[in-house]
Amino acid sequence: MNAIPRQKLVVIGNGMAGMRTVEELLKLAPARFDITVFGAEPHPNYNRIMLSSVLAGEKQVDDIIINTLDWYRDNGITLHTGNPVMSMDPAAKTVTAASGLVVPYDRLLLATGSKPLMPPLPGLDLPGVVAFRDIADVEKMLDAADKKQRAVVIGGGLLGLEAAWGLRRRGMPTAVVHLMDTLMERQLDVEAGHLLQKDLTERGLHFFMGGQTEEVVGTSRAEGLKLTDGRTVPADLVVVAIGIRPNVDLAKSAGLDVNRGIVVGDDMKTSDDAVYSVGECVEHRGQVFGLVAPLWEQAKVCAASLAGDPDAIYVTPALSTRLKITGIDVFSAGQLAAQDEADEELIYRDSAKGIYKKLVLRDSKVVGAVMYGDVADGAWYFQLIREKADVAEMRDRMIFGQAYADVSCKGKGGVDVAAMSDDAQVCGCNGVSKGAIVKAITEKGLTSLDEVKAHTKASASCGQCASVVQAILAHTTGEVVEAKAAGMCGCTDLSHDAVRHEIIAQKLKTMDAVRGALGWHNHDGCAKCRPALNYYLLCAWPAEYVDDGQSRFINERVHANIQKDGTYSVIPRMWGGLTTPSELRAIADVADKFKIPTVKVTGGQRIDLLGVKKEQLPEVWADLNKAGLVSGHGYAKGLRTVKTCVGSEWCRFGTQDSTGLGVKLEKLMWGSWTPHKVKLAVSGCPRNCAEASIKDIGIICVEAGYDILVGGNGGIELRGTDYLTRVATEDEVLEYSGAIMQIYREEARYLERTAPWVERVGMDYVKKRILDDESGRKAAYARFLHSQKYAQIDPWAERVAGVDAHQFKTLAEVE
Amino acid sequence: MNDWIKIGRLSDIPRLGARTVETAQGQVAVFRTQDDEVFALFNRCPHKGGPLSEGIVSGRVVVCPLHNWTIDLVTGEATAPDEGCTRPVVVKLVDGDIFLELAVSKKVAHG
Repeated sequence: MNAIPRQKLVVIGNGMAGMRTVEELLKLAPARFDITVFGAEPHPNYNRIMLSSVLAGEKQVDDIIINTLDWYRDNGITLHTGNPVMSMDPAAKTVTAASGLVVPYDRLLLATGSKPLMPPLPGLDLPGVVAFRDIADVEKMLDAADKKQRAVVIGGGLLGLEAAWGLRRRGMPTAVVHLMDTLMERQLDVEAGHLLQKDLTERGLHFFMGGQTEEVVGTSRAEGLKLTDGRTVPADLVVVAIGIRPNVDLAKSAGLDVNRGIVVGDDMKTSDDAVYSVGECVEHRGQVFGLVAPLWEQAKVCAASLAGDPDAIYVTPALSTRLKITGIDVFSAGQLAAQDEADEELIYRDSAKGIYKKLVLRDSKVVGAVMYGDVADGAWYFQLIREKADVAEMRDRMIFGQAYADVSCKGKGGVDVAAMSDDAQVCGCNGVSKGAIVKAITEKGLTSLDEVKAHTKASASCGQCASVVQAILAHTTGEVVEAKAAGMCGCTDLSHDAVRHEIIAQKLKTMDAVRGALGWHNHDGCAKCRPALNYYLLCAWPAEYVDDGQSRFINERVHANIQKDGTYSVIPRMWGGLTTPSELRAIADVADKFKIPTVKVTGGQRIDLLGVKKEQLPEVWADLNKAGLVSGHGYAKGLRTVKTCVGSEWCRFGTQDSTGLGVKLEKLMWGSWTPHKVKLAVSGCPRNCAEASIKDIGIICVEAGYDILVGGNGGIELRGTDYLTRVATEDEVLEYSGAIMQIYREEARYLERTAPWVERVGMDYVKKRILDDESGRKAAYARFLHSQKYAQIDPWAERVAGVDAHQFKTLAEVE
Repeated sequence: MNDWIKIGRLSDIPRLGARTVETAQGQVAVFRTQDDEVFALFNRCPHKGGPLSEGIVSGRVVVCPLHNWTIDLVTGEATAPDEGCTRPVVVKLVDGDIFLELAVSKKVAHG
C-alpha cells in the first residue's frame, strides 16, 4: 500500500472548522495526505467560542487550546503559525504565504473563517478601538481592564454581551450600545430580551438601547461614542461586536465563486474541484454560518469528501443558542414567536423568580423555544424540535418540563425508573434487567437508545420497552439523551413518513429509484430499510411493483414460520374458524405422512403443524391444497385471522350471524400486506366471546346492527379497542373495515401495529377519515379492493407450481 | 491436491440470497451479494445456531433470522457488540462456477 504516494493537502486557516476537518480526515484516511496548515495567528488551534470565558477570567488561554503543538507533530502535520497565506494560484495549484514560502497542493482547504464586521464610522481607526475576534483582541481588552478604564461595547447580540460581561467582570464600568430595542433580538423574543436587560443592568452594565453610533470621538485615542440621537458615551476602550462577515478575500482574488461567503456545494467543494472550504467563510445554499454546530457537521462532510466518499452530503442542522454569561441562563432555538394564526404559543412566566419560557407550536409540533432563567429543559425542547415530534398528547404539561410531561404521559404502566430495582426485568424478550442496562451505560459510556440496544439487546426485539430503556438512559446519564431515531435506518436521515411521501410525490416505483432519488447513504440499503421500502412500494403501487423476496424476512419469503430449530410451522386458513371433516382429515393425513411432530390449535382458531422441514414445505402444501386448504398467512405482516363466535346460527344469545360475517371479512381481506400483523374478530353479542375488543379491528354484533372497534391488541402491551361507530348492515361493516385497513396500510409506519398507530394519530383522526368523510372512506375502500386484486393469490399454490423452487432445495451435497 | 469442490453455478443463488450445501462437516451456507461476490459460512449463527442462509443479506453481512445477530460474511464474526464467530469456508468463483475448499476449513477447525 505504501507504493501509493501521498497527496498534498494544504489547509489555510488554523481555526476550529479547519482543524476539526483535519481531525475527521485523520480518522477516515490517515495515510492519504501530507498535510500542511497555515495560520495567521501565532497560536495553535484554540476554541474561539471560549474567548469570552478568557476575557471574564474564568479560563486562561492555555485552557482553550484544542490542538497542542505536539498534536500537529504526532500526526505529521506541518504547521506554519503567524504566517498567513497571501495568495493562491488554482492553475499552478500553489499557495504563497506572507513569508514568501510557496507550497504546492493536490487538494486545498480554505478555512479562513470570518472577520469582525466593522461599520464605516469616523474614528474607528483610533487606538483604543478593538474587535472581539481573537486572542490579540482579548489581550488588548485585558490590558485596558488592568488600567481600570471605562469600556463601551457596540452591539447587544450574543458576542457583544459576552464581551461586555467579561469586561465588567474585570472591574471596568461597561456600557452597551445596541441598535435595536431588544437585546439578542435574533435569538430572544421581546419578553426574554427585557428580562436579560434587567438582569444585566442589576449586574452593573449600562445600556443605550435604540442607539446608533455616529462616530468614535477622540483625538489621539478613543474617548467615547457619539450617537445619532445626540447621546454621548464616554469610554477609553471601544469594542466593536456587531457581527462577522465571511473572510473571502483569498478566494475572491483567486477567482472562485464568492457571494457573501465562498460558495460550496453539498460536498463542501468550491467552484474549483481541488479546493474545499468549511466554516464561517463558506456560503452553502445561500446560508452563511456563525454558530459552531453546523461547522462540526461541515467538517465531517468535508473530511469524508476529501477521503473520497462521493456520497457525503452536508445538511444544515437545526440550531440552538446559549449565552455564556455565568449565572444567566438563556436558551433559544427555532422560531421565536408565532408567525400566523396557525401557530400557537405556550408561555410560562414567573416574574418573582425571573423565569420565562415560551414554546411555539405548529401542527402539534414544537417549532421554537425561548427560555430565560430556567433552561434545564432546553435540550429536551430542542430534541422535540429536531425530531418534529408530535406533542399533542403532552401539550398541556410540556411547558413545565420533561419530568412533568413524562410522568403523566407514561400512562402506559407509568414506570418510575428511579424506583426500579436493579434486577427488575426491563426487556422481557431478551431477558435484560435494569441493572444490566445501567452497567452497560456507565461502563461503556453509552449515550443513545441505539447503542444500548446494540450492547444489551434491551428493546432490540419487539421494541415495546424502548421508552423505559430511554428513561433509564436519561436517568443514568443524568441528561437528556440524543435519540437517533429520526431516520428510518443508518442509510437515510429521512423518516418513514417522509420516505413514503416522496415515493408517492416523485412516483418512485423501485427500491433503486427510492434510494437514488432520496440520497441513501448506502445505495443497496440494509436489512432494516429494505423490508420497509418493499412494503411501502407494494402498498403504493399494487399493480406495478414487483415484490422483492430477498428484502423480506424469511417467514414471508418462504410463507411459513421459522422456529428455533430452523424448521417451520404451517398454518392453513380456516375461514372464520370454520372447518370440515375432510379438511381435518387432510391435515391429519399430512401430519402422519410427513411425521410432523406437533399439531396444535392456535389462538386464532386454526391448526398449526409444527416442525416441518423446509424441503418438505412444497409437498405439505400440495397435499393441503388438494383438500382446498390455502395459506393462513400465520407468518405475515398481513391479515392473520378473523376469529368468530358461533353467533345467531346456534347461540341462544346471538344477535347476528357473527360466523358468517367473519368469513366474509376474511374473504375480503386475506392476502393483504400490512405494516404489521392484523387480526380481526366478530362477536355475536356484547358478551364478546370472540374477544373482539383486543383485535386490530373488532366487530361486536348487537340487535340494532354492528359496533366497529379499532386499535386493540393482546400481546406485550395490552390495549383495548376504541369504539368507532355503529352501522346497520354487513355491507357497511365490510366497507368501513376495508377503509380502515387501507388507511392503516397507507399511513402507519412499517412494523407499527394498529394500536400504537391509533395512539399516535388519535381516534379523532380515524373518525374524521372514516365517519366524517364519506367519499374519502369509499375511496379508501375502493383502493383496498383494487390492491386486493393483486394480493389474493395463494402463495402456497404458487410454490407448489414451482415459484422460488431454489428456496426449498439444497444446492449440493458433498462428501 | 484437489481440495476444490464444485458445488454449483453463481446463477443458482439469488442475488442478496443464499443456498445451502450439505458437507461431512455440517451444512454450509453459500451467499451471493449484490455485487456478485460469493461467500460461504458454516450455517450456524454463533448465538443460538440459527440458519444464516435464511437471513437478509446486505452489503457483506447477513442478519440471522432468529435474533437479528449480524454476521460478517468474510470473517464469520458477529458484529460488535455481539461476540462470536462461525467458521468461514474458502470459496472461489471461476467462470460462474462456485468451488468450496473444504479441506482447508477442516485444517482451520483442527488448528
